[in-house]
Amino acid sequence: MQQKSLTFITRQAPYGTNKAKLVMDFALASAVFEQKINFLFIDDGVFQLVQNQNAEFILSKTTGRALETLELYGIKKVLVDAVSLEERDLSEEDLAIPVKILKEEQVRQIAAYSDVVINL
Amino acid sequence: MTAYQFAKEAVSQGHEIYRVFFYGDGVLNANALSVIPQDEMNLPRAWEEFLTNHGIDSVACVSSALVRGILNSDESTRQKFAGVSLHESTQIAGLGQLVDATLHSERLISFV
Repeated sequence: MQQKSLTFITRQAPYGTNKAKLVMDFALASAVFEQKINFLFIDDGVFQLVQNQNAEFILSKTTGRALETLELYGIKKVLVDAVSLEERDLSEEDLAIPVKILKEEQVRQIAAYSDVVINL
Repeated sequence: MTAYQFAKEAVSQGHEIYRVFFYGDGVLNANALSVIPQDEMNLPRAWEEFLTNHGIDSVACVSSALVRGILNSDESTRQKFAGVSLHESTQIAGLGQLVDATLHSERLISFV
């Protein structure tokens, strides 16, 4: 099967819109087709990673479980934009899953070296 | 609206569109039951005409569509509903069709 490098950029907070889920589902579907996948959290998207969330109180599904499925589907490159974390006063210890934190220049390179960038 | 205009212009400039994939709220573009004020652009109808006239494959994401009440006759029967709301020019299918389109196209262009 044809293989491409796909970078999924998720930018929206976990609740309120379903964009976070749309990006995640697209990435997981691509993983089934054995593509090279980068999953990159930018802007408010980093809030999806904050640990110990419980969305039952707002009658929603907690994103934490979806994050764990990334690994189950073999998506190893889970990346976070350092600037977005810093702007929101978050650090690596606040996050629910292991990630790789990227500097601005590395974020640019990831996008530049991907065949396709999906940005939602 | 931007996606429609972009697609139309792409075709008129000789580009080939492999597939139009309606995802999330985008599935509402394939809603055959939208009633648009007469002095406004009827985007769902414009999409249908465009897709039909150019024979372009189009797919509405099944989970996005069902949640928003966009059903073809198969789905409508399965759910025991009376009506069909999906344009005939568009099929209902899963994300595999979006992945397939991504892999078979030179470019994936998305409109948020």
